Amino acid sequence: METKLDGNAAGGVLREIFPFEMTDAQVTCVGCGATNAIGALGAYMHGMGTVLRCPSCDYVLMRMAHANGQYWLDMRGVRVLQIREETVQAQ
Amino acid sequence: MERRALPGRLVWKLGDVVATREETARATSITLAVPNWSGHRAGQHVDVRLTAEDGYQVERSYSIASPPAEAPRLTLTVERLGDGEVSPYLVDELRVGDKLELRGPIGGYFVWEASVGGPLLLVAGGSGIVPLMAMIRQRAAVGSTVPTRLLYSSRTYDEIIYREELEQLVTSRSTGLEVIHTLTRAQPMGWTGYDRRIDGEMLREVAWPISERPLSFICGPTPFVETAAASLVTLGYELARIKTERFGPTGESAVSGASGASGGE
Repeated sequence: METKLDGNAAGGVLREIFPFEMTDAQVTCVGCGATNAIGALGAYMHGMGTVLRCPSCDYVLMRMAHANGQYWLDMRGVRVLQIREETVQAQ
Repeated sequence: MERRALPGRLVWKLGDVVATREETARATSITLAVPNWSGHRAGQHVDVRLTAEDGYQVERSYSIASPPAEAPRLTLTVERLGDGEVSPYLVDELRVGDKLELRGPIGGYFVWEASVGGPLLLVAGGSGIVPLMAMIRQRAAVGSTVPTRLLYSSRTYDEIIYREELEQLVTSRSTGLEVIHTLTRAQPMGWTGYDRRIDGEMLREVAWPISERPLSFICGPTPFVETAAASLVTLGYELARIKTERFGPTGESAVSGASGASGGE
């Protein structure tokens, strides 16, 4: 069975794409409307990539993969992504 | 493969192993000096990458055990998992003078600093103690008196990581740190602490009154974390003040002393 981790574990992968710490950014779920920190999401990580799910309804929020010289980022389950100004300025 | 560093992106760095310390039969602390280390916050982790001669690479996440006050050095505590690809090497093979490839610090969610306050409820399962120890050490380093309770589940007495240091922190500084152990597999003669897995009743006895709105950090294997977090929610604690960090038993990719972000693999 796939091990469920926290979105916190995907912090390194996210930092390959985004230029600032992302685990305390907030995402709003398309499925149920809940808003949670990325660090609080469910994370499923394996060789094929990383899937982040809503902790409230299990909807797939983000999928990330890195293959063939490309980063793939599917954010279909994220209605809103909120990043605090101080997070951006910290970089 | 070296990539050009873009502003803000994490880059892989080589740290020098400057000290190792056997914490228990299965857990070792590795102290690294990392050039241009930016410093970290208690609770954060690093990703470690090993590369085989044929180019095969494997990454794992490990929580930082040392407090930010010890920067530019940082210490990881790693627990050996029998079937792990990374932890046996880190625990058994790595020597002072070796280099280790890592990137970090990572994480802005499962972190604590003195200004965040408390009271704190820290709940650790096995090597899940690692990021919580960084918080306890930082709390001591800055002289914080935030009331703090650690509920720490280990299998046996000898597997309690940081046991002596925790005893010293509790007895030598009367600053409101309490440590409550439970031993799930075997207990020494005369053991008066808990002797079972963490459950709702234990948390009800240990956790702060709900009215004090404790801030909880829970770290351990996935089933442990889910039991502890669900029990706290059932007891009526605010979900928004419960932060969790899970790591997989086989170390697929978590952090901790494992490979989630705390200490296991």
